[in-house]
Amino acid sequence: MLTPIACLEGTYLMSELAVEVHGLRKSFGPVLALDGLSLAVPAGSVLGLLGPNGSGKTTTVSILATSMRPEAGRATVGGLDVVRQAAQVRRVIGLAGQFAAVDPSLTGRENLTLIGRLSRVGRRQARVRAEELLDAFGLTEAAGRLVRGYSGGMRRRLDVAAALLHRPQVLFLDEPTAGLDPESRFALWDSVRDLTRSGTTVLLTTQYLEEADALADQVMIISAGRVADTGTPAELKARFGTVVFHLDYAGSEAAHAARAALASAGFRPALDGAAIQVRSATGSGELTGLLRTLDGRAPDPVSVAVREPTLDDVFLSLTSGGRAA
Amino acid sequence: MSTIALEPRHAAASRAAAAIGSALSDTADVAWRNLRTQLRTPQALVFATVQPVIFVLLFRYAFGGAIHVPGTDYVDFLMPGIFAQTVAFGAVGTAVGLSGDVRTGILVRFRTLPMARIAVLGGRTVADLARNLLVVAIMTGVGFAAGFRSPHGAGGLLAALGLVVAFGYALSWGFASLGLRVSDPEAAQAAAVPVLFLLVFTSAAFVPATAMPGWLQAFGTHQPVDALVNAERALILGGPAAHDVLISLAWSGGLLVVFALLAARSYARLGR
Repeated sequence: MLTPIACLEGTYLMSELAVEVHGLRKSFGPVLALDGLSLAVPAGSVLGLLGPNGSGKTTTVSILATSMRPEAGRATVGGLDVVRQAAQVRRVIGLAGQFAAVDPSLTGRENLTLIGRLSRVGRRQARVRAEELLDAFGLTEAAGRLVRGYSGGMRRRLDVAAALLHRPQVLFLDEPTAGLDPESRFALWDSVRDLTRSGTTVLLTTQYLEEADALADQVMIISAGRVADTGTPAELKARFGTVVFHLDYAGSEAAHAARAALASAGFRPALDGAAIQVRSATGSGELTGLLRTLDGRAPDPVSVAVREPTLDDVFLSLTSGGRAA
Repeated sequence: MSTIALEPRHAAASRAAAAIGSALSDTADVAWRNLRTQLRTPQALVFATVQPVIFVLLFRYAFGGAIHVPGTDYVDFLMPGIFAQTVAFGAVGTAVGLSGDVRTGILVRFRTLPMARIAVLGGRTVADLARNLLVVAIMTGVGFAAGFRSPHGAGGLLAALGLVVAFGYALSWGFASLGLRVSDPEAAQAAAVPVLFLLVFTSAAFVPATAMPGWLQAFGTHQPVDALVNAERALILGGPAAHDVLISLAWSGGLLVVFALLAARSYARLGR
């Protein structure tokens, strides 16, 4: 029997793009949240949407998950228009939010069975799926306890589980690990990897470069509601460096001398007052060469630090023209 | 030819029936969740049940001795007023609950599920209806213990309670709309309580309207709480009831339509 839904799913399988967005615009009063954003996520892949607070990540996810309407532009999920075919879109998506949207006054099991029933998987299937997911997310032991008493990590895991009851084709994860301790974060990453292995398309938003690197096939950096850069994690890391050397000098004269020396030796130093930052694509092994270059050509730095590039570094280089964009 | 023409109509009818069935089942699921949540929030439960009981006892024993209503025991005069007051203030719970759902993000999840859209508001108001039934039952029991006799018999009492619960349900939709707009339970409460005070205490809930100055009477006797209290009294104490009952039903029906439309609009606005 060919129900309308079956037809639509057929269309989706042929279209190959699980999510397609063209020129999305949305403002909240005077604040422009999305300024003509476009993106595409191939079926079965993971797109990491990377950006600071207020860059438009959550707005994008809200529109794609049909809880918000765009002002202009077009977005489809599974080939279905998120505004005109919102009801059908809801059958193929799952959303796990930044603010864990589970009910603290229900138990973990009650939360999942309720959402399962509201996801229209059927009464019995809702119970079965709830147990499966509780098990898969390591929550079986806590299933009978009120979510009120859960740790942050447990709540997030339950939240992701709640998004999976009806086996969505496309999963939206809005900052799934914000505020979690490293152990909980890694556990959640493992769960997401398991999902993507089973073919679920994932659109993930995050503020952490490291998280996008760990999970995403493609990373899109957004800033002020627009796409600032896009590429695979490896491409982005090559562009922005895997580590950053941070050199503090006693005064700006010394820093200037150091910058000149580094630039002539092929490094790309960025001067910030009496401090210099150098991004390195190859890693901390480059530090020896860097210090050798400085030896005798500039005063000794007050301090030297090596750190992972942060999103700030990426944005700094995107906005300061550190790379031809 | 005729069967081909008929089949789609038949299919459309069964699809519509299935949609209504799913909407009812979703509403029941959400209502179940809301009731369970309330039962597990002790403050809410105390507010909903203990406070009305205290009011019954307070008015009966603390104020009752000083208030004389000609021709009837004060407790029989009082109970219809307390019922109305209780469901009126109880409706604030609808706003508080919904604004809480907005704030925690549960509503965002509901909005992205393939459930019937009516179920969020329907489930909330139906849960509050069930709570009102429980509270009114408890109050009736306490009232009887405190000397309430419902002189006109059980039929009149039940009809009056039906009016009370119907009014409470209509009011719930108004507060549902408020709750969706303020997204902060405290703000919802602050906005709602003064209006309710005005409606309840200018009505004939606790004292006969004839005891009020004329300008206050003019307002107090032309509003839904007063209409409800009058209809209840006619049913509980005896006397010509049809007119008062119709006025109260008209208020509740009118408010329900207006408030449901407002609430539906507030719900649709969430995504703007």
